Amino acid sequence: MQHELIIAGFGGQGVLSMGKILAYAGLMENKEVTWFPSYGPEQRGGTANVTVILSDERISSPVLNEYDIAIILNQPSLAKFENGVKPGGILIYDGYGITQPPKRNDIRIYEVDAMNTASAENMSKAFNMIILGGLLKTSPIVKLESVMAGLKKSLPERHHKFLPMNEKAILRGMEIIREANAG
Amino acid sequence: MAEEVKLMKGNEAIAHAAIRYGTDGYFGYPITPQSEIMETLMEEKPWETTGMVVLQAESEVAAINMVYGGAACGKRVMTSSSSPGVSLKQEGISYMAGAELPGLIVNVMRGGPGLGTIQPSQADYFQTVKGGGHGDYRLITLAPASVQEMADHVALGFDLSFKYNNPAMILTDGVIGQMMEKVVLPEFRPRKTEEEIRAEQPWATLGKLKNRKPNIITSLELDSSIMEQNNIRFQTKYKTIEANEVLYEEIQCEDADYLIVAFGSAARISQKAIDIARKEGIKAGLFRPITLWPFPAKRLNEYKDKVKGILTVELNAGQMVEDVRLAVECKIPVNHYGRLGGIVPAPREVLNELKELK
Repeated sequence: MQHELIIAGFGGQGVLSMGKILAYAGLMENKEVTWFPSYGPEQRGGTANVTVILSDERISSPVLNEYDIAIILNQPSLAKFENGVKPGGILIYDGYGITQPPKRNDIRIYEVDAMNTASAENMSKAFNMIILGGLLKTSPIVKLESVMAGLKKSLPERHHKFLPMNEKAILRGMEIIREANAG
Repeated sequence: MAEEVKLMKGNEAIAHAAIRYGTDGYFGYPITPQSEIMETLMEEKPWETTGMVVLQAESEVAAINMVYGGAACGKRVMTSSSSPGVSLKQEGISYMAGAELPGLIVNVMRGGPGLGTIQPSQADYFQTVKGGGHGDYRLITLAPASVQEMADHVALGFDLSFKYNNPAMILTDGVIGQMMEKVVLPEFRPRKTEEEIRAEQPWATLGKLKNRKPNIITSLELDSSIMEQNNIRFQTKYKTIEANEVLYEEIQCEDADYLIVAFGSAARISQKAIDIARKEGIKAGLFRPITLWPFPAKRLNEYKDKVKGILTVELNAGQMVEDVRLAVECKIPVNHYGRLGGIVPAPREVLNELKELK
């Protein structure tokens, strides 16, 4: 089994770290993993994305242009990656700041109202974990325990006090994700 | 004890592997996309544990000359940079080859020419394997295609360079340098003691002993007849390396009608193209040179009677393709596909080019 994901949004939204936590969760489950970030002369307000692959077998290309799952956190990324989702695949997006929502009808589209929830419920630092919770609900590609173990491994010890807040955010994301099309 | 499986970037793996190899010194100057190598070394502070020196030099030129100096003392020393910085090091590399000094250089290539971009590229193939510096010399060149190989090639590069007293290079790019994968780091080896260096590198300039003449490390020779003899000795050594040290990987090549020849990141992308091709009923295989010099020409030559055509995939305008054509004596079609200036092709693009061979 192989899962090919793209996570894309603005720099600072925690796109790369969400990918890293997923990769660590894959490591916890003894899967093969690749985490390949877009990198370039980055600037504030620019886009950031990361390709994450979790697999039971040796992974060939870490670079892809078709994905099983796309997690989209801003309008430019939606324009860039909506068409890259494989037919039958999944697109998860946060509607905050999205004026032109996704249109595909051959994929399953889900919306997580993470930005608003994060600010209303004082979880703005765990915004990306709300999104990750949404992902785990729609497609449990890794177990929640593995995500928590991965988080613990990827965070320096001085930040371990934030683990419960992150778990809460993941659980909240699982609650608030909703299907956005009948697809 | 089995080593723990870790998740890290290719650049970080090089740094950890260097410490574990017992490297005596790293000299570098920051440049994207390889800065994590020095960053990781600075974070790990090996000078407090193994005694390894980690130094940010004032320039790339200074760094390669520090490597020359360290190597002249028989030390395991290395530097790393990216394309424009590696161009600056070429004089030093040529001097190391001329003085027969070992040492490891890492080039995490970026798009050029000039200052170019910081995104992945393989456009320094010619520079690396055809001699980027002056003179008739060869650079042992390793092309890792995974984070595991980034770690493993540190020891391989050092071992080969000390076996032949010749500089070695790890030639990679930002795909392999920046991505994270699972890696098992090599075991710790102690740094060589001065006694061991005196025994294993009797030419090292560690201070003159009473029972021998002074050791002199130089690439300069004013008598051209002696310089010719030096060159003949180098060429003999290069022939030995070509005969003994070729490395490559073959994936699904046994029954292949078509081959993709690609190294490093391009090989990873091509492997996916081959997986899709096989599902579509095209018998394709991947031939991945691991040593770019010595190039696996002999093995590739055997495919001229077995496959109908070859596609080389490179992140450049067509460089290794020349060596592949020479290897198969132009007896079968050899096409090239590449993206330039930091653009990385997708597996489907490669697949489409593969279909052009039919």
